[in-house]
Amino acid sequence: MTHINLASLEVGQEIGSKEFLLTRDSLVRYAGASGDFNPIHYRDDFAKSVGLAGVLAHGMLTMGVAVQVAANWVGDAGKVIDYGVRFTKPVFVDAAEGAVVLVTGKIGEIDAENGVVRIDLSVVYNETTVLGKAQAKVRL
Amino acid sequence: MVNPNVEGKKYPATAPYLVGREKIREFAHAVMSTNPVNLDVFAAQAAGYTDVVAPPTFAVVIQERSLSTVLADPEADIDFSRVVHGDQRFVHVRPIVAGDELTSTLKVASVKSLGGHSMVTFETEIFDAQNQLVSTAISTLVVRGDE
Repeated sequence: MTHINLASLEVGQEIGSKEFLLTRDSLVRYAGASGDFNPIHYRDDFAKSVGLAGVLAHGMLTMGVAVQVAANWVGDAGKVIDYGVRFTKPVFVDAAEGAVVLVTGKIGEIDAENGVVRIDLSVVYNETTVLGKAQAKVRL
Repeated sequence: MVNPNVEGKKYPATAPYLVGREKIREFAHAVMSTNPVNLDVFAAQAAGYTDVVAPPTFAVVIQERSLSTVLADPEADIDFSRVVHGDQRFVHVRPIVAGDELTSTLKVASVKSLGGHSMVTFETEIFDAQNQLVSTAISTLVVRGDE
């Protein structure tokens, strides 16, 4: 099924990179799809009233978008068996410009015995890492 | 502050959630998935699934149903307006697919105090209609203390 040859992989090898543009539309769409209607994700006045610089993306949206790089590499999103992140910095989404999030995946660990590869994701917005320890394990 | 006595507390199973094919597609579009198994029934079936597969973070929708029970529990005393998502992890036994009927149970794994804030870790186990474990969602919320 899979086109990836485990023996050809090396720790540290880059497996893919993609830029995602998050706009206010993306936030509203994610709010609807996930059911997370916290107004800090679509109302500037509300975000400012709780001390934020502006509307920010749902952490879970950034997390959900970032794993696409790992899912696309393995080819079948159902093969992502373990995925965790730490939310370290907010992604502020400008009403006009949106926010660009750059995701890069590298091989973090190879468990040849179980056919499992850990992908370490670097998730950067505005030259700042916004997800810490973003790691997805995929079964080949 | 979050009541430290709720550490270890378990919350009963939520009402069944029927995972719809279009809900999976909607969620997949929202997280910018172009992965065929998330969107295309034929691609999913060719890969051995019964129907479209939910993206890896879809389990958050089920987790939220359990979390809302805790947030509404006066004993836990969690002020939602002070909550920040600290970290999140999903461990999947198998992917969630359209047609699954899922329930979840939640356990408060730990309550810690750190510099005036509380850190609460929840473990939500998600089961299918045959009561088989599908996924475990582990979430840590940071509840900011009074300034």
